[in-house]
Amino acid sequence: MHVFELGFVAAVLLAATPILYAALAGAISAQVGVFNIALEGQMLWGAFAAVAGSYYTGSAWGGVLTALVSTALFSVVLAIGAARWHADPIIIAIGTNLLAIGLTGFLLRVLFDTSGSFSPRGLQGLPKMAFLADVPVIGPIFAGQTALVPLAFVLIVAVGLWLKRSAGGLRLRGVGEHPDAAAALGANVASYQTWVTIVGGALCGIAGAQLALGNVTVFTENMTAGRGWIAVAAVMLVAGRPLWLPVACLGFGAAEALGFRLQGIGAPQQLTDAAPYAITLLVLVATRIRFAKRASLTTT
Amino acid sequence: MTAPPETTPGAAPVAGPRAPGAGRRLAAAALRHPAVVPIGAVVLALLIGAVIILAAGLDPIAAYTAVIQNSLDPGQLDYTFSVWAFICGMALAAAIPLRMGEFNLGGNGQLVLGGLTATVIASSLPLPSIVLIPLAVIGAAIVAGAFGAISAPLATRFGIPIIISTLLLSPVAVAVVSFLVRFPLGEAGSAVAQTTRLPEGARMWALGDLSYSNAGLIIIVLMMVVFWVVDSRSAVGFELRVVGANRRFGAYGGVRVGRLSLGAMAAAGAAAGVVGAVIVMSSPFRLIDGALISPGYTFAGLAAALLAGGRPALIPVTAILFTVLQVGGAGMERSADVPRQLSDVLQGVVIVVLALRTVLDQRRTERSSA
Repeated sequence: MHVFELGFVAAVLLAATPILYAALAGAISAQVGVFNIALEGQMLWGAFAAVAGSYYTGSAWGGVLTALVSTALFSVVLAIGAARWHADPIIIAIGTNLLAIGLTGFLLRVLFDTSGSFSPRGLQGLPKMAFLADVPVIGPIFAGQTALVPLAFVLIVAVGLWLKRSAGGLRLRGVGEHPDAAAALGANVASYQTWVTIVGGALCGIAGAQLALGNVTVFTENMTAGRGWIAVAAVMLVAGRPLWLPVACLGFGAAEALGFRLQGIGAPQQLTDAAPYAITLLVLVATRIRFAKRASLTTT
Repeated sequence: MTAPPETTPGAAPVAGPRAPGAGRRLAAAALRHPAVVPIGAVVLALLIGAVIILAAGLDPIAAYTAVIQNSLDPGQLDYTFSVWAFICGMALAAAIPLRMGEFNLGGNGQLVLGGLTATVIASSLPLPSIVLIPLAVIGAAIVAGAFGAISAPLATRFGIPIIISTLLLSPVAVAVVSFLVRFPLGEAGSAVAQTTRLPEGARMWALGDLSYSNAGLIIIVLMMVVFWVVDSRSAVGFELRVVGANRRFGAYGGVRVGRLSLGAMAAAGAAAGVVGAVIVMSSPFRLIDGALISPGYTFAGLAAALLAGGRPALIPVTAILFTVLQVGGAGMERSADVPRQLSDVLQGVVIVVLALRTVLDQRRTERSSA
């Protein structure tokens, strides 16, 4: 029973991690005032690039690096378009999300002459932290995970604290909160927005790499399956407080992990697949009702 | 550009010394023509597509020729026309909210709910077809419309953007329909998750001896006419566009934004629902799991709506482009060996290029301020 419970915690962390990286990308974009809904497509591209990189370099970390760099490049379209050319980030994101689906499918056919999924013999997945196996509590949770899993949480706390406490973080938040004021104080608003969006792209690349080389070792067409949208919802949920992201993402991770468990005991897969979306929406509504109540209490 | 005007016969008699400036102004005016942006976006997207095909070591000219030939092949036109109508219908589902500046990305969920409702009505009620078929279509419109409408109060009351709520609601509907088709409503003993075939009396009326295009396509075309009339001739259409241009101004001017978005989302969902109903009531006359969403009508429709800027009169035209890409994509794969996923790539590229048109305004303002 004990192992079963820690195993469940491990499953929750595993399901939450890709969403966590993507949500961090969305949250920092939101901090500088860019509504980033391109996470889904960027994560999908990252997953493809990670598998392709791992296949060509023969090293999983080569795959991660490929995903990180190429997804950052992929996000340049959104970064330049939204920050410098004042294009609508929503329309760009709709386009790049479609582009990611099409391009990964296209390249799957052209490069690897296959469709549906790609997992060649010998494809290197990210190593698990097996050296932790004998540590009590930590072992059963983290020994089967990649190093990217704990890194996600460390990164979120670090970024959250940096945004909250440091001068650089303050300036960054100012850019999002009041661009004119920030510009008057000498901050280059467009430059901040561009670079933060590109860093977000790199994070989505890591999200995709963890998904395709950590959670599993395969690339499947459209394998992100809406995780990027759940990340967008998580960003809305924490409303500009990135330190709360782990809580939100672990909730979705729990929904997904619970779904797998329920499938194991015979629940239909279609319904457990729908659960994370339904739960996400319900939680969004619930928190908004609470906000609305609090707001009405303070105004009356 | 530098050619003296006297040497061009038939050219407008512009005065010699002023010609360059006038020419530039004429060119600038031509660039501002509303057709320039969509056509430019398509041309640029096709060029980018050609580069991608070349980079893959394939022949872009053969690929594009195959796309055109296969989609406009006379023997195939019946099928192409039906796809065009479905894409137009899904373009409506995207365009109606787009008119007021909202994005409906939940077309898939609305589509399958419409298909499900039509299947249930058409296969369970023992009515003559003259009653049953309209009833199934209207039922699909109501259920899918109600589902689409959920997003409106979520936005106005709880501040959840329509783009997010439609995206989160859609997979739930898709999953529920997939479950129902697989288990309670599924055909017993069938290896494929599908319902039983609809009875003869519940199949959409055929148009002559066409096998794909049927009366359902006329319904979709009528919906587009209604949208065009409402958009251009009615107060509601005007309010939609005012809110789309400036939401606060609209609210200040007395538009009830909440009610308007409820209506727009209901209409959008209904349009998608009708498409779903028409698809299941056409050959092979049943609801098959995944068959409504896998052709990608929803996002082709969204792309057509975006390219048309939501303008009803342009949607039939922009839908042609995405129909040709969609139908021709399969032929391109057969005869030019270019994977059909290129159609999705081009869809995405068209939208991105369209969004980035703002660079033109940017350059223009930079030059004028310089």
